[in-house]
Amino acid sequence: MSSTSDHHVILRVTAKFLIPIITLYAFYVQFHGDYSPGGGFQAGVIFAVGIILYALIFGVVDALTLVPAIFARYLALFGFLLYGSVGVVAMLNGGLFLDYDFLVAEGPEGHWGQHIGIIVIELGVLFAVAGSMLTIFYSFAGRAPEIDDEDW
Amino acid sequence: MSDTATAVSQVDLSVVLIDICVLSMMAVTAIAIARLRSLFALVMLSGVYSLLSATWFVIVDAVDVAFTEAAVGGGISSALILGAMLLTVRVAKEDKPLKRLAPALVVIATGGVLLYATIDLPGFGDANSPANMYLAQEYLQRNYPDIGIPNVVTSVLASYRGFDTFGETGVVFIAGVAVALLLGFGERSLSASLAKRQKGEEE
Repeated sequence: MSSTSDHHVILRVTAKFLIPIITLYAFYVQFHGDYSPGGGFQAGVIFAVGIILYALIFGVVDALTLVPAIFARYLALFGFLLYGSVGVVAMLNGGLFLDYDFLVAEGPEGHWGQHIGIIVIELGVLFAVAGSMLTIFYSFAGRAPEIDDEDW
Repeated sequence: MSDTATAVSQVDLSVVLIDICVLSMMAVTAIAIARLRSLFALVMLSGVYSLLSATWFVIVDAVDVAFTEAAVGGGISSALILGAMLLTVRVAKEDKPLKRLAPALVVIATGGVLLYATIDLPGFGDANSPANMYLAQEYLQRNYPDIGIPNVVTSVLASYRGFDTFGETGVVFIAGVAVALLLGFGERSLSASLAKRQKGEEE
């Protein structure tokens, strides 16, 4: 943001350092959800918080160039449909809706169907939550005029 | 024998002290939230309250709930309310002191009833309480042979109760779409800001 005055330099430097770590942590929470607390919902929220932090520090205009609003809402839609499509694939393979055992042809002792199903639906939750949260934030922030320093 | 007894009582004492600290900090934050009029301070304090309750959930061994509370209550809610705050005035209206009497009575009565209800609750971590016996036992026994992943919370959420989670994801998606439809998608402001910036560079 070209109009940012100099006294935000500490905020900007700290945010630049923190945003990659926040994003990386979101993916850690996402892909480690089978073993530790957390999953798609928390990961999506953390990912969205990283982008929102960027928007708060560097301005909504720059954030909208980084993650366009249209991308955010199609990401949400894609995540929701990805979740549902796992259920439909299970149905096409002869099982019930969202019965992950039917995703992979394997014996009753195999767990690949469950593993793949859980990973894909958690990805769907991640996309849906991150996209929805960003859409909500853009809707609020898009209406506000540029934030002046004295407003805080 | 006496050594172990002392050790146990020390552990209990430190846990109790931490409990009292966290709960009294939550109470102080709640009172401050009720009394403050500046919206910015209110948003920050509600974030603090969420982080304190996340700490409290960790103390009672509900790590998944604590994680969600920290991410949603402390993180995204504060950021979203900050964004919403910019659309309105910064300071709440002063209201007459007597107007708060009826809400205060309702709050005190509800709190009293809830406190009275805690008498009937089972003890913390009671293995014989209904929540820990029937379905929970079955999930804990069946989880690993059924699903093959160690985190029972994830397997209940994503597999056993996958249809519920599908509905929850739908609710989040619908919430995003509804807010965007009510408030607009943000492109108009983007184009306005870009035009403003271009104008500023030309001058």
